Amino acid sequence: MKRDYDVVIIGSGPGGLAAAIAAKENGAEDVLIIERDVELGGILLQCIHNGFGLELFNEDLPGPAYAQHFIHKVRGHGVETLMDTMVLDITPERTIYAINRGLGYIEIKTGAIVLAMGCRERTRAQILLPGSRPAGVYTAGTAQRFVNVEGYMPGEKFVILGSGDIGMIMARRLTIEGAQVERVLEIMPYLSGLTRNYVQCLLDYGIVLEKQRTVNRIIGNHRVEAVEAVSVDAAWQPIPGTQEIIPCDTLLLSVGLIPENELSKQAGVLLDPVTNGPFVDDHFMTNVPGIFAAGNVVHVYDLVDWVTEAGYVAGKGAAAFARSERVEPGGHIPLKAGENIRYVVPHKLEKAHLAVELVRLQMRAIVPIEERVLVTVEDQNGEVVAKKAQPYARPGEILTLALKPQAYEAVQKATSLTVNVRKR
Amino acid sequence: MVEISEIICVTCPQGCLLKVKHEGSQVLEVLESGCKRGKEYAISELQDPRRMVASTVKVKGGLHPLVPVYTSKSFPKLLIPNLAKKLREIEVQAPVKINQVVLQNALGTGIDIITSRDMPAERKVNRKW
Amino acid sequence: MPKTYDVIIIGAGIVGSLVARFLSRNKLDILLIEKEVDVGMGTSSANSAVLHAGYDPPTGSNKALTNVMAVEMWPGLSQELGIKYERCGDFVVAVNEEEAQVLEELLERGRRNGVPGIEIISAEEVRQREPLIRPDVVAALWAPTGAISDPFAATVAAAENAVMNGVELMRETAFEDFIMEGTRIIGVCTNRGEFFSRWTVNAAGLYADEVMHQAGVRPEFIIKPRRGEYVILDQADFKLTRLTVFFPTPTDKGKGIVVGGTLHGNVIVGPNANFVDSKENKAMTTEGIQEIWEGGNKLLPAIKRKHIIAQFAGLRATGNAPSPNPDINYNQDFIIEIPDKVSGLVNLGGIESPGFTAAPAIALKVIELLQGAGEVLVEKADWNPVRVPRPVFRNLSRDEQAALLARDPAYGRIVCRCETVTEGEIRAEIHAPIPADTYDAIKRRTWTGTGRCQGGFDMPRVVAILAEELGLTPEEITKKGGTSNFLSRRTKDVDQEHLSVEALI
Repeated sequence: MKRDYDVVIIGSGPGGLAAAIAAKENGAEDVLIIERDVELGGILLQCIHNGFGLELFNEDLPGPAYAQHFIHKVRGHGVETLMDTMVLDITPERTIYAINRGLGYIEIKTGAIVLAMGCRERTRAQILLPGSRPAGVYTAGTAQRFVNVEGYMPGEKFVILGSGDIGMIMARRLTIEGAQVERVLEIMPYLSGLTRNYVQCLLDYGIVLEKQRTVNRIIGNHRVEAVEAVSVDAAWQPIPGTQEIIPCDTLLLSVGLIPENELSKQAGVLLDPVTNGPFVDDHFMTNVPGIFAAGNVVHVYDLVDWVTEAGYVAGKGAAAFARSERVEPGGHIPLKAGENIRYVVPHKLEKAHLAVELVRLQMRAIVPIEERVLVTVEDQNGEVVAKKAQPYARPGEILTLALKPQAYEAVQKATSLTVNVRKR
Repeated sequence: MVEISEIICVTCPQGCLLKVKHEGSQVLEVLESGCKRGKEYAISELQDPRRMVASTVKVKGGLHPLVPVYTSKSFPKLLIPNLAKKLREIEVQAPVKINQVVLQNALGTGIDIITSRDMPAERKVNRKW
Repeated sequence: MPKTYDVIIIGAGIVGSLVARFLSRNKLDILLIEKEVDVGMGTSSANSAVLHAGYDPPTGSNKALTNVMAVEMWPGLSQELGIKYERCGDFVVAVNEEEAQVLEELLERGRRNGVPGIEIISAEEVRQREPLIRPDVVAALWAPTGAISDPFAATVAAAENAVMNGVELMRETAFEDFIMEGTRIIGVCTNRGEFFSRWTVNAAGLYADEVMHQAGVRPEFIIKPRRGEYVILDQADFKLTRLTVFFPTPTDKGKGIVVGGTLHGNVIVGPNANFVDSKENKAMTTEGIQEIWEGGNKLLPAIKRKHIIAQFAGLRATGNAPSPNPDINYNQDFIIEIPDKVSGLVNLGGIESPGFTAAPAIALKVIELLQGAGEVLVEKADWNPVRVPRPVFRNLSRDEQAALLARDPAYGRIVCRCETVTEGEIRAEIHAPIPADTYDAIKRRTWTGTGRCQGGFDMPRVVAILAEELGLTPEEITKKGGTSNFLSRRTKDVDQEHLSVEALI
């Protein structure tokens, strides 16, 4: 194989696949995807449920079918792939060190890198779940891999902690394969996944969801024998007298995702403590010139369609950088989180970018507003540069606003932009 | 018996609570509908509830032991348990192509069950774990 | 006539394993029995991994004597056993004048115990060595012989070296009773039958009291399990300025909650010390985690809860044995004896902290006791004290890594991405002299699954590798033996249907 590429993409989930396609379509000749698994597609391959592609294709596809669409394209474009390969290190000068069984130690130099490692699941330790440490405590995604890909059931009688989408989808999946789901517990007073999943995965199958309730203790020395559930107050403190022992053999955790950025850090990429992902500009380039990031490695998305789109932007940026069309970028202004906004991605905007194409901003609200809201982008003087009406704003669903070329003039005068979401 | 049922609409992510007056599956009146699409949803939920169903079937000689499948159209909700049982009996031979029909006219619904990905035959080079 | 061993050792924790290892030097038939599926699963599996300098135990106690003696043994022993050892020194931190007073007492005691090099250093010096220390530190005791080891690695290596030198190890073999001939112990009954021996060593850790009671020895001696909870911080998020260990000033409750480095680069915080009802109760509690967190924060305010990647609890075998030294009044000493009441028994008990540190010295004391009882030990000509460690991919240089995976491609596949553990390392452990045949056994030996994803990525892969290498189905693979299977059945093999049409209406 070659040891010199224009663009190398690390990870072949939806972000990585899109980045590879865009890099090819924007003039990068030698494009390589490095994937640690034995096939392309990433976590989509275990997400066999429908619900993918509604925004991008107006089609309701299962995860593997969504992935295959892009895998075909990647193959057709002549993107090279290196499977079953783990990247060990990346330098700021864009040398990649990786290993696999066949080739041994691999050293690759590249014009640009797109980080597309996705995210990982929060574990029992990160939520400090007390009790014993038996077999039978799994993250929902690990269970999903076992049931859907490896072909094994991780247990028969489940309690699921967290009402995240993967947790609810697994509740349905396990039920269909003959297991019992005793309960889904959610520590927050509201659902953390999509309403659609609550209806079609829990309500449909008569699976009980209890809000403001959590697991207080795991019981069992060898295998999980039961969990103790407890109600919590607004500060997440257990309320005495509300304990219930629920017999079960498995506890699934669906308690959040964290962008996977250990490699990014090795390369000198700076991370935003709010998103846990890199600071990126409107081309999804990080602070390290030539190192881009796309998808859940930047921030945890709610819909795969947006991950694909981010991959396109990053892949295009990476191709331009590799072809030296993009010199050290300048003319950036910061994009800031304003009223009821936890974060904005990208973190900064190249003012000239809007002359060429629109730039999509994505935000998460801090608290839910269950009535009509207005999302505004304001300059340093409070002048509205762009706005968008929405029926509601919820922390679980990403807010999206496109900065269109029409806003070009207004943006040229700005020294910073702030995004807000307010009741109308 | 005339009843008033509450249904959570999943037509869009908002998830409005709909109220429907009905007698059995006969809809008498949609009392609260959120929007026009909500009204249609409420009626279909009472008269003929359907879901997209995704599962897996066994595959012989494949990279993985299972291949994911789904219903080519929305499938009658009450037939899901029987469909789940039926799918456990099916085994296909690798290699499998995407959109391959693994069960035609499932349970007489006229709906096919199709694969959602290619499943290559097992090869030494991509021996999995 | 069944075979008669020269020595049966009950318990393959760090103490039992080292006794076996040192005894294996001699022409003896030795059987080491362990009730769990792996060595080192009890007290040895969960402690702070600190090798104490020896200023803490009361002067003249068994604890002090064996602790200080063992400190000098560890560097050479670690080299022989092929395990890592860092003599990084440790600090006892005082934050007010009262505590500074206690440091003076510790210094005095340490000197009496024969601990070399200890001194009290100024706040300024402490801050210089670790700028993250809480700002109002007043002074610290510095003990240059404090060190860090790896209790899992040490136990496995000791047991493995013993096995290499002819010791027979039987796992999942639980002691039930002694076989006596009058007052002479001639063997043990286990769940796997009877085994006969001339000598039996009680190294049963938490259960040492129950074992000795079966022989009618020390009926008044009771071990109360005292639980210590710990958390581990992600090395990608938080590191000490230099590898060391910080103790708070001790109180009458114990040595207190430590913040220290580990040989794997992480920071460990803990333990607390709470008596629990059962010798199997290693459950973590909300209150306990809060307690150690507050303790850790007192020493290093810079640690953050979101850095926590793992939590665990261990039990100490806290006994009530009076010290054999008539000059001191101390009732929590190690028992290291050949009791008068019965013959054929070397009795160990109450081996809590600094038990890990003291273990090699305890092993030598056992040999001394045997010799004192007239046992003539004859050295084997072919005794090999050296256990060559298996390659650890992440610790190798790039060139060494390349050479290794050119030799065996299995080292080219990473199974645990957080800790960079390869398939080659896992397969090697499965085929080691003491086979690692459970997930936790692999985890303790290779550190697979100990990183920030806590097994989410590697566990399915390790289960598959174990099944392949052991010729088992994935459903048969366990986390830690017994009924700790990970998987229940194949997805499509449904025995009992729970899903019904009624549920969907």
